[in-house]
Amino acid sequence: MDCNLRRAAAIAAAVLLSWPGAALAHGFAGDRFFPATILTDDPFVADEMSLPTFTRPPPAADGSTEYDLDVDLSKRLTPDIGFTVGYGWKSVRPPGGPSVTGFGPLRTGLQYQLFVDAPHEAIGLINLGVTWGHTGRVAALAAPDFTTLTPGFDFGKGFGDLPDSASWLRPFAVTGNFSMDFPTKTESAGTPNPNNFNYGFAIEYSLPYLQCCVKDIGLRPPFNQLIPIVEFAFSTPFNRLTPGVTTTGTIQPGIIWAGSYFQIGAEAILPATRASGHGIGGLVQLHFYLDDIFPTTIGKPISEWW
Amino acid sequence: MRTTLSLILTGALTVGAAAPAPAHAFLDHASPAVGSAVPTAPAAVTIWFTQGLEPAFSSVTVTDATGQRVDLGNVQIPPDHAEQLQVGLKPLPPGTYRVNWHVVSVDTHPTQGSFTFQIGGG
Repeated sequence: MDCNLRRAAAIAAAVLLSWPGAALAHGFAGDRFFPATILTDDPFVADEMSLPTFTRPPPAADGSTEYDLDVDLSKRLTPDIGFTVGYGWKSVRPPGGPSVTGFGPLRTGLQYQLFVDAPHEAIGLINLGVTWGHTGRVAALAAPDFTTLTPGFDFGKGFGDLPDSASWLRPFAVTGNFSMDFPTKTESAGTPNPNNFNYGFAIEYSLPYLQCCVKDIGLRPPFNQLIPIVEFAFSTPFNRLTPGVTTTGTIQPGIIWAGSYFQIGAEAILPATRASGHGIGGLVQLHFYLDDIFPTTIGKPISEWW
Repeated sequence: MRTTLSLILTGALTVGAAAPAPAHAFLDHASPAVGSAVPTAPAAVTIWFTQGLEPAFSSVTVTDATGQRVDLGNVQIPPDHAEQLQVGLKPLPPGTYRVNWHVVSVDTHPTQGSFTFQIGGG
């Protein structure tokens, strides 16, 4: 087999494995590219890495301040199955006290790409997240001394199938997720560990989509790669309730710049409930597309390494 | 804190330094422009992408309002312009036309898209 034929066969195999209905690295569904959101989980398996996410949450309800530095990795095992790993370092300063630093809990996840509906720009994923006990500073930073299992469903929907009369709305897309926490211990140090219902969504207006698929309004780099976004996420305990422990959540308006090899995101963090703190926080994230940086090696699903 | 931050930033820069390799090909611009109205029928549709394309796996079609093909089927990627995809058009009356493209970048990443342009009116 000559070199060109071998190359064509390799490309054909790659294309057959990933086109058109199967899951693709990155968040693609038909014409739609979903960027990696920051607060809410992504509805697609991927070979991507956030390195780092720097967060300054709003001051807590008790007045303490915090800085977080997180690293997250998503890796495909097969074109439809992936896993995630996340770990973070934090610094917390209580009112009038010295700063306490250390790691939060280790977070992992196993994901399955349930569907990708290209014509309707719809995408869905089920996952099982695990927050591991005793992997962070339990006493000083309130990292959990118990493991929590969190099954969930993540979805995305682009509005590219709207009629011509609403063409300016086509760049809109929504992603979201629902999940439930199942702690493996019902209480820690006398405090109940409730089951939490977690829900969140992100609304984005994709300027890349506007430029490529609706109307070229003359935007050029870097402006044609911007995706304004607002994210919402909430967590509500529904059993083993402790007085004063109630729904927490944040609203995070921001913007994502999506390049060929990485994206950069920045969001403000606004508490959505009184229990979520007060004031304004913020975050920035540098996020790499490993499948584009290393397309022939570690950017491929592990099942295609050999 | 300083050591942790240094390690993370070093890792980030190492990963970033691995670029550039070819990546997903996105539409950069097109002629006729996406969503535009042109006074006279163009002889061809040309699309410029952000990455080089694999000719054997990249295509573009143009259809009229009834879904009938109006392109000549002569899709080509000029040899010295691997980021450019072009197809000739039949003589077209005024109306709205849809361009559908499916491409594979030189590192095998597939992408697709579609847009319309209008002849006359506008």
